[in-house]
Amino acid sequence: METIISSKPLLAIIISLIAAFLIAITGEKARNLRETWTILAAFIKFGIVVSMLPDIINGKVIEYNLFKITPELLFHFKVDALGIFFSITAAFLWIITSFYSIGYMRRLNESAQTRYFAYFAISLSATIGIAFSANMFTAFVFYEILTLSTFPLVAHKETEEAKKGARKYLTYLLGTSIAFQLTAIVITYNISGNLNFSPDGVLNKNAAPFLVTITFLLYIAGITKAAIMPLHSWLPAAMVAPTPVSALLHAVAVVKTGVFMILRVVFYIFGIDLLKSLDLGTVLTVIASFTIIAASVIALRQDNLKLRLAYSTVSQLSYIVLGAALLTPSGIKGSIIHIGAHAFGKITLFFTAGAIYVATRKTKISELDGIGKKMPLTMASFTIGALSMIGIPPFAGVISKWYLSLGALEANQLFVLVILTLSTILNACYFMPIVYAAFMKKPKYDDNFKEYSGGGIHEAPMFVVIPHLITAILTVLIFLYPSFFLEIIRVILANIMGG
Amino acid sequence: MEIIIGKYNYWIYISLMMIGFYAMIAKKNLVKKIVGMNIFQTAIILFFISTAYKKDATIPILVKSQEVINPAQYINPLPHVLMLTAIVVMVSTFGVALAIIMMLYKQYKTLDEDEIIEILKKKK
Amino acid sequence: MNLTEHASILIIVIPLIASFINIFLIFLKRTLCYPFFLLVLGICVILSIDILSTVISFGTLRYKLGGWTPPWGIEYVVDHLNAYLIVIVSSISFIIAIYSKDSIKKEIAKAKLPYFYSTYLLLTTGLLGITITGDIFNLYVFLEIASLSAYALIAIGEKRSVLASFNYIIMGTIGACFYLLGVGYIYIITGSLNISDLTRLLPSLYESKVTLTALAFFVVGIAIKIALFPLHRWLPDSYTFAPSAVSAFASATVTKVGIYVLIRISFTLFEPRFLTEITPLSNMLIWWSTIAIFFGSIIAIGQRDFKRTLSYILIAEIGYMVLGVSLGNKEGFIGAVLHILNDAVMIACLFMIAGGIFYRVGSRNLEDFTGLNKNMPITMSAFILAALSMIGIPPTAGFFSKWYLILGAIEAKYLISAATVVFSSLVNALIFFRIFEKIYFTKKEVIPQYTFRELPLSMMIPIIITALAILIIGFYSGEIISSIIKFTVPAGF
Repeated sequence: METIISSKPLLAIIISLIAAFLIAITGEKARNLRETWTILAAFIKFGIVVSMLPDIINGKVIEYNLFKITPELLFHFKVDALGIFFSITAAFLWIITSFYSIGYMRRLNESAQTRYFAYFAISLSATIGIAFSANMFTAFVFYEILTLSTFPLVAHKETEEAKKGARKYLTYLLGTSIAFQLTAIVITYNISGNLNFSPDGVLNKNAAPFLVTITFLLYIAGITKAAIMPLHSWLPAAMVAPTPVSALLHAVAVVKTGVFMILRVVFYIFGIDLLKSLDLGTVLTVIASFTIIAASVIALRQDNLKLRLAYSTVSQLSYIVLGAALLTPSGIKGSIIHIGAHAFGKITLFFTAGAIYVATRKTKISELDGIGKKMPLTMASFTIGALSMIGIPPFAGVISKWYLSLGALEANQLFVLVILTLSTILNACYFMPIVYAAFMKKPKYDDNFKEYSGGGIHEAPMFVVIPHLITAILTVLIFLYPSFFLEIIRVILANIMGG
Repeated sequence: MEIIIGKYNYWIYISLMMIGFYAMIAKKNLVKKIVGMNIFQTAIILFFISTAYKKDATIPILVKSQEVINPAQYINPLPHVLMLTAIVVMVSTFGVALAIIMMLYKQYKTLDEDEIIEILKKKK
Repeated sequence: MNLTEHASILIIVIPLIASFINIFLIFLKRTLCYPFFLLVLGICVILSIDILSTVISFGTLRYKLGGWTPPWGIEYVVDHLNAYLIVIVSSISFIIAIYSKDSIKKEIAKAKLPYFYSTYLLLTTGLLGITITGDIFNLYVFLEIASLSAYALIAIGEKRSVLASFNYIIMGTIGACFYLLGVGYIYIITGSLNISDLTRLLPSLYESKVTLTALAFFVVGIAIKIALFPLHRWLPDSYTFAPSAVSAFASATVTKVGIYVLIRISFTLFEPRFLTEITPLSNMLIWWSTIAIFFGSIIAIGQRDFKRTLSYILIAEIGYMVLGVSLGNKEGFIGAVLHILNDAVMIACLFMIAGGIFYRVGSRNLEDFTGLNKNMPITMSAFILAALSMIGIPPTAGFFSKWYLILGAIEAKYLISAATVVFSSLVNALIFFRIFEKIYFTKKEVIPQYTFRELPLSMMIPIIITALAILIIGFYSGEIISSIIKFTVPAGF
């Protein structure tokens, strides 16, 4: 495998840090300038990430060694196909979310917007940092930075409820990462003497099976960002954050970082062979299956729209984990495609939830009757997002579900098929009633309705509407032209499966 | 270990030390506490000095004219020298402790530990 | 005169003499006291760096005091470990000296300032003396010089500090006397006081009960001096009520120097095998320190007073260092020595911030910290950095020493100790994030409207320096390990 030494990965990470700094010094007084920094950084970041793509597709790897702290602990970046896939998704959605944030925050006249945009930029740095990490140590550093930089975003509203949510968020994410993940990293280092991500796994194949099992479970428990049950409840708690935060961070960046780390651990720390020989893949499959079903059932009972979406996210994230846990080519394919498919679908849903809130100040599903007539564009996007989540063609979600099912067959795990089917039904159960109520039911007018809308309800501002239209259209496009995804995944599979 | 000594000096130093220790821990009066501290320290001085002793030896003062020095004739001077330093240290500790007791008395008008704690509790 | 040759004695003599000169300066010109004080400590920093660079390039330095050849005369020996400690002590004392200019004015009467400076210099002398000397009795003398000046410095704090200082005297004297008894037994059995001489003499006497008694007295004596739980009772009160500058200086250096003495006694005076194979001491210390870490952290949660919280965190941190020293492997030892530096910088920074808040708000109660970020944004940023390092979030310095400590504990198969270190990180996270929440996320209506701005420059700069040092040390910890700490690891690990 050819290696290119380039500082591009570092630039991609640093660009939004610079932006955060510029945002902080520009401040509230020149808000247009401040927003320009965000947009500019988002575009530059996307540009840098995309410029690395051709080399990666050709099977090359871009490396950059930033800093050696001790011979074992070094800051080392390595861009491979899996990393570039994740970073492109995150960087692209940052552009869209930036516009959305501006519209959303200004319309709602939120306080401390400078802090908001600055920390948003920092958290994007950390996300890209994790995507490009070459070893577990670097990934861990960025993982913690991501937790810390999103903490102010969750506590943004400064109310008691926001503080409580943020506290829970931090306790879960920071607590488990120090208690379990760090311990797992230390054990890994103790067994194998290095922490580099390598395609056949870094763990010593002769290590005691008991210790390997413990380490594996510690990793799974420690990477709480993947929201695997029973350590999922930080995600619903984080829904107190402003909607753009929930959209980008808690549907894409933060949670995907979690599953991304799980993929790294499964394929690059343990390796497929080791997991197969100890049958740990099945353990993970069972945990993920349980999460898929349990989270869907809980989602059914939520009346708050964002909470329902959050539980849906918990469930969908475990699809990705499940695909990886099957340890078969198609399963992995499905898992990786689902990172993208879910990202576009779920961000659309969150954008629309935000749009509804901006236009009507409504958060409850039971209040959305008939809203489809007043906000047709928003609810159309919502429908597309929901259908994609359920897995109905012609939307992105169906591709990943297809490959996941194939993977289950390859792995000869028929119960996974049952789980997938059951989950599809449950998804339909908690999304379709919303769509139905929005378009078919008669609106129930009340005082609140009029107060915020000056007589009648109409669509939210352009800044809020256009982003969700874009992501909704992209959800369709991914279904129609999946070759880009499949091309990258071919490289990833060649890497993991050894040609 | 050429110096052979009886064990009784150890017993004396240990009992002195324990008396001092008891006073430091159990006495409520602050002055008694530091007197205990002083006894404690003196015990250690006794311990050091007694180890220097040799039977039938004399004080270590050399007469210039004498050519051959027989170490067995003289008691070991080093522990004495060490204790001279230690005494200085102990005296200063005692001094600092007394100064602090004076400050405490000015503040609380009492030297009883229990009463001081009582006053502090009331202030809260 | 060759400066480098005599640096190891000058670094003791200069602050010692200066502390007396400072008192006479009162009669000459009062305003000169502070610049003189700062100058002397600045010279100490330069000398210490000179010593360190000499040691790094030429190896161990030996200085015969008064020309007497050891083991009869007192010898100053500086190897990598001493040089490292000397740099830490002198730099911290210099940084906090800058800080003390404005901070102390608010806490003690102006007429007493020169005496404060003198005592401060004396404390520095004592600490530097402990680290530099190669003679166990001389070490006792310096230990008491340091302790006596610490008693005095603590007693000039607010009202309740006097009683705290008295308790410190009682405990500290017991500790010092135990140490002295240890010296006595060692002298009885070997007839020598020189550490390098003793290293040669002692191995043949390891089976003797006298050696064991000496070791027991040494360990308990030092444990009191470094406040190893449950012998910590003097520490929280003393450091809570002492003047801010004194808390910062003493917490950052006194206990660290105590750890240094423990390392010297355990691994230079005796051989590692004496602790691990012949006596159960290392095993005992591991459990003892694990308990110290656990309870230090637990008690810290319940405190409402910021400085008291920090004191209990310090007690847990002391447990870390003792744990690393007693694990008996390379990783643990590196972790402990690295943590001496990290903890000195972190705790100094945090105590200075506590002092800064007290300077402006007049309170140490955590409840009064609401919304301080509006008034003191830079100080609060430094606070975040120091707190993250205390929790052990990479890439701050605190992570790396913890990394080695956990690695060492796992290597030595003490999984409970490793888990306790992790647990205490979590507790630190809990403590600090609770404070962050108070500072940053409080509704505007509840925030008291303070009119003050940031701290005066003389207090800001030291805080910023230490906060940045936390990051820089973090990034260069590999460098520090390979150029200094690697050489301090005792043979046989």
